Amino acid sequence: MSEPAVDVSGLDNTWDDPTQRAPLILGGHDLASVTDAIAGIVERPQPPKAWWIAFSIASLGTITLFAMVAYLLWVGIGVWGVMIPVGWGFAIVNFVFWVGIGHAGTLISAILFLLRQKWRTSINRFAEAMTIFAVVCAGLFPAIHVGRAWFAYWLFPIPNQMRMWPNFRSPLLWDVFAVSTYATVSLLFWYMGMIPDLATLRDRARTKLRQIVYGVLALGWRASNRHWHRFEMAYLLLAALATPLVLSVHSVVSFDFAVAILPGWHSTLFPPYFVAGAIFSGFAMVLTVIIPARQYFGLKEVITIRHLENMAKILLATGLMVAISYATEFFMAWYSGNPFESFALLNRALGPYAWAFAIMITCNVIVPQVFWFRSMRRNLWVLWIGSILVNVGMWFERFVIVVSSLSRDFLPSSWGYYKPTAVDLLTLAGSFGLFFTLFLLFLRFLPMVGIAEVKSVMPQAHLDLGEHAGQGDYHGEISYQHVYPYVEKEEDDS
Amino acid sequence: MSTEIPSTGENDVAATPFGLLAEFETVEALVRAAERVRDEGYTRWDSYAPFAVHGLDEAMGLDRTGLPRIVFLAGLTGCIFGLVLQWWTNGVNYPFVISGKPLFGLPVAIPIAFEMTILFAAFGALLGMLGLNGLPRLHHPLFKSERFRRATTDRFFIAIEASDPIFDAQDTRRLLEDVGSVAVEEVEA
Repeated sequence: MSEPAVDVSGLDNTWDDPTQRAPLILGGHDLASVTDAIAGIVERPQPPKAWWIAFSIASLGTITLFAMVAYLLWVGIGVWGVMIPVGWGFAIVNFVFWVGIGHAGTLISAILFLLRQKWRTSINRFAEAMTIFAVVCAGLFPAIHVGRAWFAYWLFPIPNQMRMWPNFRSPLLWDVFAVSTYATVSLLFWYMGMIPDLATLRDRARTKLRQIVYGVLALGWRASNRHWHRFEMAYLLLAALATPLVLSVHSVVSFDFAVAILPGWHSTLFPPYFVAGAIFSGFAMVLTVIIPARQYFGLKEVITIRHLENMAKILLATGLMVAISYATEFFMAWYSGNPFESFALLNRALGPYAWAFAIMITCNVIVPQVFWFRSMRRNLWVLWIGSILVNVGMWFERFVIVVSSLSRDFLPSSWGYYKPTAVDLLTLAGSFGLFFTLFLLFLRFLPMVGIAEVKSVMPQAHLDLGEHAGQGDYHGEISYQHVYPYVEKEEDDS
Repeated sequence: MSTEIPSTGENDVAATPFGLLAEFETVEALVRAAERVRDEGYTRWDSYAPFAVHGLDEAMGLDRTGLPRIVFLAGLTGCIFGLVLQWWTNGVNYPFVISGKPLFGLPVAIPIAFEMTILFAAFGALLGMLGLNGLPRLHHPLFKSERFRRATTDRFFIAIEASDPIFDAQDTRRLLEDVGSVAVEEVEA
């Protein structure tokens, strides 16, 4: 591969010369050194000091979360700020927020896979892990929100002595199925993709313990091509299954709102609006986490500036989708001529929760506009702070939707003003602690980049096939439809 | 590359090896070698690579896997399960009218039927893949080869099993040495 007229030594692969594909992996890595770079992270005897600091803070958050949940279970739901009319407080806001965060992982692993976006290979493992940990955080909230959490299993159709079944005609029950299916399928997808890399760790293991643990987790994977063939097919099928699934999950979450008759919730716009918002917030969270991770674990050549720039572009695109959803909500409130709907939206923007609305608009609509500029997309500080602000904005979006609609519905006599308590705030902070604790453990013990997948987009993975050469091929392409020159038998055997 | 061919002791039953393992340094060499082994008519053999090599399936002459059928049937089972679950629990076993809704209606049953389809199909994909591959299988003769540990890092291998009908300790070794390998070794069973 000839070098393009751009300085690669500075790790810049963001040029847009259409005659030259930008390399996805920099620094002149070969198959062995890229394995060393990624597997080496989990093989170090000690993680970097920054990991310990982050882990201490995150564990403190996790302990806070457990303490708050224990307190809630001991005393009751009154320790939260929820009241009438705002019965859905922080717990549901946090639930929708965390489920949304998870969606970027599936988008990167499944949808970008189907769209043959090869750059995803460097970040998909990372994003899938984020999905799972976000769904863990999300799943906690509805369970504790039911009040008597020890009866949360009533949500599942388990035969019981009361001979009762859950009501399948309620969107809340669809939610139980959607989120639990999503969690399960994400876990399967993540684990399956990791099997070849776990085998790599097994084969590199220097201690018996590592060999046994990674060996068992790798299920005896031996890199056989007959196995790879079925693995690729399974991966493609799982991607194809996860794609409609991810769109359905946040659609079903939005049905929790849209099926209700409450002004501000009762809207057919909600499913696409929620899905766009979920992807927006999820990509922001990937950026928030991946920028420090690549910095501290020396993966700048694998997770390159081009990857980050691509994510910034997606952030901009989905941010615009979210903005147009906000605009559509206001337009429909006016155009419907429904006085309750109009009031709900005006109240949202100008009422007692106008401050939250202002944060939402600033962070979700105004901040992403900086990513129109190439220099801003490539400035890591701008990108990182921007991604955090988007996270903040997306949390407030859910707060605005849940709280402002509930606090003022049809009758002024039933209006109220919801205020979270310290327990609410600490539980939210604690959920971040849990998320980051799980994430840091993942970074320490599992390969954070899909090693086998990254190898498959490196030039070493490809035969020299003239016009077909380059970074273009990617596993998952079912190659039966193609005819390759080298399949024609050479007549040189004696 | 060794030119001496060690005696494999064809009549020695106890020492029957698993087969011969050849190591390659590049994708190119692996694919070319796989084509040769395919054309020689071997059936019990396999290629090994640290990632899915594009074009190797044709070079090995592999048939397309039947996994999609398994996944389809699993998904169909899930869909039927989802529909029957909702119809039987809310419509038959424990009927109760809420908000004047019918006890069972197809539109309202779609989300859960859909989720069950995906859930079952996803399990079908993972378990089907593992089942067809004969995994989990924690031990395999190839793991005895120290050289083979690089199969998950940066080296490519072809192993021809001794149980192949046309396997011949000397001819097969000569073939593997001839197709551009950097090393050939015998793997014990």
